[in-house]
Amino acid sequence: MKKRYLLLALVILSIASLFIGVKEIHPIDLFYFKDEETQILLISRIPRVISIIIAGTSISIAGLIMQQLSRNKFVSPTTAGTMDSARLGILVAMMVFANASPLQKMMVAFLFALLGTFIFINILNKIKYKDAVFVPLVGLMFGNIIGSITTFFAYKNNLIQNVASWLEGDFSLIMKGQYELLYISIPFIFIAYFYANKFTVAGMGEEFSKNLGLNYKQVMNIGLIIVAFITSSVVLTVGTIPFLGLVVPNIVSIYNGDHLKKNLPHTALLGAVFVMACDILGRVIIYPYEISISLTVGVIGSALFVYLLMRRKVYGL
Amino acid sequence: MGYRAKLSILSAFAVLLIGIFLFMGLGSNWDYALPRRTVKILAIIITSIAIGFSTLVFQTITNNRILTPNILGLDSLYLLIQTFLVFLFGSTHVTMLNKNVNFAISLCFMMLFALIFYQLLFKRAGKDIYLLLLIGLILGTFFGSLTSFMQVLIDPNEFLIVQDRMFASINNVNTDLLYLSIVGIFLVGLYTLKYAKYLDVLALGREHAVNLGVDFDLVVKRLLIIVAVLVSISTALTGPMTFLGLLVINVAREFFKTYKHSILTAGTILFALIALVGGQLLIEKVFTFSTTLSVVINFIGGIYFIYLLLKENRSW
Repeated sequence: MKKRYLLLALVILSIASLFIGVKEIHPIDLFYFKDEETQILLISRIPRVISIIIAGTSISIAGLIMQQLSRNKFVSPTTAGTMDSARLGILVAMMVFANASPLQKMMVAFLFALLGTFIFINILNKIKYKDAVFVPLVGLMFGNIIGSITTFFAYKNNLIQNVASWLEGDFSLIMKGQYELLYISIPFIFIAYFYANKFTVAGMGEEFSKNLGLNYKQVMNIGLIIVAFITSSVVLTVGTIPFLGLVVPNIVSIYNGDHLKKNLPHTALLGAVFVMACDILGRVIIYPYEISISLTVGVIGSALFVYLLMRRKVYGL
Repeated sequence: MGYRAKLSILSAFAVLLIGIFLFMGLGSNWDYALPRRTVKILAIIITSIAIGFSTLVFQTITNNRILTPNILGLDSLYLLIQTFLVFLFGSTHVTMLNKNVNFAISLCFMMLFALIFYQLLFKRAGKDIYLLLLIGLILGTFFGSLTSFMQVLIDPNEFLIVQDRMFASINNVNTDLLYLSIVGIFLVGLYTLKYAKYLDVLALGREHAVNLGVDFDLVVKRLLIIVAVLVSISTALTGPMTFLGLLVINVAREFFKTYKHSILTAGTILFALIALVGGQLLIEKVFTFSTTLSVVINFIGGIYFIYLLLKENRSW
C-alpha cells in the first residue's frame, strides 16, 4: 500500500463523512451559500471530520511509540492501563474541582495517565521473562483494576453516568467549541516524528542506548509524556477507543516492515482512515441513529487483535 | 486440623451468613420479605455451586491454576447468544416470552459453541497458557462489544422490554429461572457422578491419565459440556462474575492444601457461597449499596490475578 492511496482513501472518506447525516446536504448546496446547510457543516460536520482525523492519527501513533519503547508489539494505550488511568484522572478532577474546566480535567487526566503508564512500565521491568503475550495480559488486568477503582468512586459520588460516557467513545457529540482541546495533541505528533530514531534506539534497551550515547531516561520520559498527553486529550474529548493503538501499527508493520520513521506517516494515515471508515459504518448501519465509535472499533479491533495473536508466528510479531 | 474439621467450620460459617441474610431486620413484614430473600439465597447457592464446580473442573482438564471459564469469556458468550436470539426472533416471539424456552435454547447453543470453539482454541494455542489467557480476555471484550452492538441494532423500545427481564445481576437475581436451574444442577450432578472418579486422575495430566486407562478425550469433552452448562446457569441467574471462580478456587487450594477433588469441590463451593453472601451483606449493610459486589470482586480478583501471573512467571 502506497502512502498516496491511503491519502486518497482518507480524502474520499472525509468528503463522504461530510455529507452523511440526518440533515441532508448536497454538495451543490454549498455553491448557493444556503445559510442553514453551511451552518451545519461549520458547526457539526467539519469539526467531526477533523476530530476523527486527529483522534485516529494520534492514538495510532501513541500505540506505535509505546510498542517501540517497550519492544513489544502488543502494548498500546488500551493494553497498558493508559486509557483507564486517564479516565480515573478525569473523575478525580470532577471530584476535587466542583466546576472543573476542560483544561483542568485535561491536566489531571494527563498526570494520571502518565503515572499509570509509568507504574506499568515499572511492573514490566520487574518481570524477568518477558513473553510477548505476557506483557499485554498484565497490562489489560492492570487497566481492569484501575477501571474498578474508577467505578467504585463514581458509584460513591453518583457520577457513574459521566464515567460511562467516557467509556463510550463517541463522535456524535463533537461540535464547534467542544473539541478544540484535541488540537493540543498535534504538536506532540510532530515531536514524535522528530524523536523517532531516538525511540528506536531506546527500544534496544538501556545498556545498548547508553553505548550509543543516548540519554535513555530522557528519551523514555519524552515518549511516555507524548503518549499520556495524546491519550488524555482524546479520552476527554471523544472517549475511549479500544485497541486502535494496537491494531493499526501492527497492520502497518506487517506490510511495511519495522522502520519507525518510515512507518509514522503510514500509521497516522491508516489510523485516520480506519477510524473514519468505522465512524461512517456506525452512522450508516442504523440510520438515522448512530452506533458509537468505541463499539464499531471495539468489535473490529478485538477481532483483528485475536487474528494477529493467532497468526503472530507467521507475521513474526 | 483434618479436612473434615475444616469443612465443618466453613459450612457452619456459611450457614451463619445465610441465617443473617435471611433473618436480619426482618421486622413485621416478614411474610413479604422472607420468601423474597429465600428465593434470592437459593439463587446465590446455585450460583456458588455452578461457579465453584465449573472452575475446578475446568482447571483440572486444562491442567493449570490461572485459567477459568469466566476469564476465557464463556459468560460473555452466554450473554451474546441470548442477545442474538432476541435479535433473531424479536422480543414478542414465543422463545423470548417464555424464559425457560429461551434459557434452554441458549444452553444448547452454549454447549455446542463451547465444544467447537475451545477445541479450536486449545488445538491452535495449545500449551501456551499466556496466549490462551490473552485471547480469552480479548474474546470476552469482543463478545461484550458484539452484544452491545446487537443491542443497539435491536429496536430500542423492544430492547428495553427484554433487557430488564433477561440480564441479571446479583442485585437483580433472575428468579423465574430458579426451578429450571435447580433441575439443571441436579441433572448435572447426577451426570457428573459418572465422571467424578476420573477427576483426580485427570489432574495428573494427559499422559498419565491415558496410561492409567482413562479415555482422555472422551471424558474431557463430556466435562467441557458440564462446564458450559454450569456457566450458563450461573450467568443466567446472577450475571457475569469474571474473577469469583479464580479467587475462591485458589483460596480453597491454599486452605485445604490437597489435590483430592471430593474435598476441593466442597471447599470451593463453600468459599464461593461465603464470598457471595458475605459480600452481598457487606454491600447492603456497610456500604449501603453505594457500590456493587462485582466492582469489589473485580478489584480484588484483578490484583490477585496479577499477583498470580507475576508469581507463576518464574516457574512457567
